[in-house]
Amino acid sequence: MTTPMVRAENVHKRFGSVEVLTGVDLQVEPGEVMVIIGPSGSGKTTFLRCINHLEKINSGRLSVDGELVGYRERHDKLYELRDSEVCRKRAEIGMVFQHFNLFPHMTTLQNIIEAPIRVKKMSKPAATAIAVDLLNKVGLGEMGDRYPSQLSGGQKQRVAIARALAMQPKLMLFDEPTSALDPELVGEVLDVMKQLASDGMTMVVVTHEIGFAREVGDKLVFMDGGVVVEAGHPRDVITNPQHERTKAFLSKVL
Amino acid sequence: MSVEFGKDAGSPPAGGSSRPAEIEAIPVRHPGRWVAIVVIGVLVAMLVHGAVFAQVKRGNSTDGRFQWDIVGRFLFTRVIFEGLKVTLELTVIAMVIGVVGGVLLAIMRLSENPILSGISWIYVWFFRGTPVLVQLYFWFNISYLFPAVGGNHDTLSVGVPFGPAFTHFDPNQLITPFVAACMGLGLNEAAYMAEIVRAGLLSVDEGQTEAAQSLGMNRALIMRRVVLPQAMRVIIPPTGNETISMLKTSSLASTITVGELLLAAENIYATNYLTIPLLLVVSIQYLIITSILMVGQYYVERYYARGRVRQLPLTPWQRFKQIVTTGHAPPPAGVAVEAAVVGAGFPNQGAR
Repeated sequence: MTTPMVRAENVHKRFGSVEVLTGVDLQVEPGEVMVIIGPSGSGKTTFLRCINHLEKINSGRLSVDGELVGYRERHDKLYELRDSEVCRKRAEIGMVFQHFNLFPHMTTLQNIIEAPIRVKKMSKPAATAIAVDLLNKVGLGEMGDRYPSQLSGGQKQRVAIARALAMQPKLMLFDEPTSALDPELVGEVLDVMKQLASDGMTMVVVTHEIGFAREVGDKLVFMDGGVVVEAGHPRDVITNPQHERTKAFLSKVL
Repeated sequence: MSVEFGKDAGSPPAGGSSRPAEIEAIPVRHPGRWVAIVVIGVLVAMLVHGAVFAQVKRGNSTDGRFQWDIVGRFLFTRVIFEGLKVTLELTVIAMVIGVVGGVLLAIMRLSENPILSGISWIYVWFFRGTPVLVQLYFWFNISYLFPAVGGNHDTLSVGVPFGPAFTHFDPNQLITPFVAACMGLGLNEAAYMAEIVRAGLLSVDEGQTEAAQSLGMNRALIMRRVVLPQAMRVIIPPTGNETISMLKTSSLASTITVGELLLAAENIYATNYLTIPLLLVVSIQYLIITSILMVGQYYVERYYARGRVRQLPLTPWQRFKQIVTTGHAPPPAGVAVEAAVVGAGFPNQGAR
């Protein structure tokens, strides 16, 4: 049996007194594309942010590629990881944000080569070669010396994907990558993500694009109230939801 | 509907009739403006006459009210230039101490460590809460606190804390008036710069930090490569302001015998009693340096605006060329930059 890429067991997370995750259980296999849907406030974005330790979980176990997120376990005791260790683990996980979060003071190319050079200590020519390659892959080969403010939303998001990929991650997290885009521009970003999925990348995608889930997803998870309500093959969940809550949600978004 | 294109090739292909004639209306008259111009003109003429041509009788001689000939004679003398050199040195050193200290204090203040952030708070509280002139006097009189002659614990020394000392310093040699002025002005400035830098750091969208974190960048790297460069856009304008302010505040050092510009002039008029002309010399020198600093600030701001605005505002020289070649002025430069600065909390990528 292979090690699951992400494994969550009874994960709880609260902000102050607000319980956001109340026992999430799920598993992402290597090479799998998991799509998480659910109403706003259901905790899906929080869960995604827990995976690369942008948020600390309060209880339960969460591991990536067989290693606990944020802790080391020895003799049944948990030790917090040092900053440098957290950084090293984050470097292996790519993340794409709803609002792109490109560095506005750097050109497109500089955005992409920054982390490979500074974090992975790659040489500038090597990083640039990878970046040019990735820009071509996302269809923005000509845009290397543009600043983010000179790009459309869809172009920005494709650069953000390229930036994450430049670190050669083993897992990609997408936090509502198309929610801030004009409807016309959604397609170009989804196309890049489809390409990525067919290249075998392990992906966890929080989205409202049911069409994408049906077409690309290997597993569809419906979250509500901080728990996984229903999970299964996208076709089954969409056409034949078991829970009332899932039925109600899907009837509104489909 | 018939489609006709206007004769003007540049007119849009409007679906309809040809373009009507330009409107030629009688413009609104503004008689009030003309009255204002006349009144202001008279006042300016009086001012110029009073400042430049008016004569006054002093004792048994009559000469110009402001004695501009004497101003001209002293404006570029060696003594004044030497004072100016000290003023510039003081300004640069104090601002370097201020900016470096301010960045450190701001980062400490925003640290999760309550000790660091508390120390930063107390520092700002103390140095902002006492007059800089008093602080200068403290540094000037430091040998009162640490006399040159005394036991191990009385002198300035380097060694084990509360233990034996390796070397001793004579505070009167170590803390010269010039050093005292640099410390006093610099440490005081650090308190103000800390607040400016903190405001700048807070203006950067948190999504920037998160994006950098998700790429595996550590805190120091994120600060240096992602947050600080973006904070600069907010930090630079008030820092330019502080530099110009420091240039003039450095004249306080004249009170602790530092031979800067003001003291140089004071020394001259102490012997020849030409107080007003020499104060004019000082003022003109300060104005010249301030003007140069303003130009520098404009270009630094322009540099840090890159990536924020789609098109950088024109430089004054580019504006001049455009006026000469096209015959009309482009929209004022800096508007786009200012608009971007006003929207600092809302980066154009969309705030979280």
